[in-house]
Amino acid sequence: MSPRPDAEAGRIVSSFTDFLRSERPDLLPQLGGSVHPTEATTILALRYREGVVMAGDRRATEGFAIAHRDIEKVFPTDSHSAIAVAGVAGPAMEMVRLFQTELEYYEKVEGEALSLAGKANHLGRLIRANLPSAMQGLVILPLFAGYDTKRGEGRIYRYDVTGGLSEETDFHAVGSGGRDAKNSLKKLYDRPEAIDRDGAIDLAIEALADAAEEDAATAGPDPVHGIYPTVFGIEADGVSEVTHDVVERVARDVLQRRTRATT
Amino acid sequence: MSMPTPFLYASPEQVMKDRADYARRNIARGKPIVALEYANGVLLMAENPSAMLHKVSEIYDKIAFAGVGKYDEYERLRILGIRQADLKGYAYSREDVTARSLANLYSQVLGQIFTDSLKPFEVEILVAGVGEDGDPAELYHVTFDGVVTDQQSFAAVGGQSEALSTFLSQRYEPTPVLDVAVRLGVEALRNVGNSELPVAQVEAAVLDRTLPRRKFRRLEASELEAALAT
Repeated sequence: MSPRPDAEAGRIVSSFTDFLRSERPDLLPQLGGSVHPTEATTILALRYREGVVMAGDRRATEGFAIAHRDIEKVFPTDSHSAIAVAGVAGPAMEMVRLFQTELEYYEKVEGEALSLAGKANHLGRLIRANLPSAMQGLVILPLFAGYDTKRGEGRIYRYDVTGGLSEETDFHAVGSGGRDAKNSLKKLYDRPEAIDRDGAIDLAIEALADAAEEDAATAGPDPVHGIYPTVFGIEADGVSEVTHDVVERVARDVLQRRTRATT
Repeated sequence: MSMPTPFLYASPEQVMKDRADYARRNIARGKPIVALEYANGVLLMAENPSAMLHKVSEIYDKIAFAGVGKYDEYERLRILGIRQADLKGYAYSREDVTARSLANLYSQVLGQIFTDSLKPFEVEILVAGVGEDGDPAELYHVTFDGVVTDQQSFAAVGGQSEALSTFLSQRYEPTPVLDVAVRLGVEALRNVGNSELPVAQVEAAVLDRTLPRRKFRRLEASELEAALAT
């Protein structure tokens, strides 16, 4: 690689991905086939009055086996956004890392962060680039959410396998238990203005617990091992992970409500 | 037939001297930058009339950049640094990105341009890095010809850098808290330049070890004024 800054003309200098593609394509996410790749399962996002909550269960599977019982599927991508991933875990994690690097790189070069819509569109491009692998069964399906500082509200973006993007007004869930989680939210969710942060955390964990009852690849709250869903909140003052203690308390309440007394 | 070109000869010594004089002259005209090690890391300060065009910037988690001289040239070096740092951090691990290796890169690039190009870059670069608690801060000064020096406790780059260094060597006492460092930095800039230098024209940022991952933070004018008022 030429160290001369002169050699950089004629390129979108703020795009790290473009730079990789021309200088080091070997570092771009590339997939080989595998019989039973590790799969991350259920993730969801829902809007509430002050922002967005994103959550994921902790299970990853390899075929019919449980590969991990404490995997993380939700990651902050910058100060005001987060991504959750379902699908083939290896390349999904790599995509998350590339996306995080891209956002930080842009922010440092330009001196200001991309708009939320700009981030969402860029993620769409990354997913589209994975299409050939997706056709061979290595599908990555993320959810992206953030706080739009210009509009002053939380926003949720969902994607299809071709990178096609659409915005959700209330909530969405993806992954093997996504349909069950979504059905649960459909019954419990009112409208963003009527839900506060605690309510949103409660709904997220309730929906994941519902999904875990229907889908073998989704784990419910696990008080035996002390493993609970990952939950992030995104508001005007930024992304923050909901602490383990809070998630544990809410999850125990959710389990308590479903415990049938035996006499 | 074209006119015969006159045969021009200049000794390498003369060529290098002319280039160095040219770069030195133009850099000396620019406004200086000071860096001071303080209790939580490094404070970088520059006299800068523009609030939008920065002289001090973030490169990576624990690395900051400051450049003086020709804007387009140090801006190109800044982007090169961010690119190299992000490339290395993405390809390997975030902890593999170091201020020392970045200073080496700048040294290579500036040295090559100084030797090969018609005109050298009219810039001087300061690369600052902080480590874990207890480790001293790293300050690398890279000149237009690619010479790197690492400095302890404080550094001054650009016009009047010698006067600044002299002033700081008399006044700097390790290791000041942020407010004290801010006062010393502003005093130093006022001492060698405009003695009425308004705070609004001081660009300041810190690498603060106590911040979570990205240690770089710009200081607002209100913070500077509060420090100066105490």
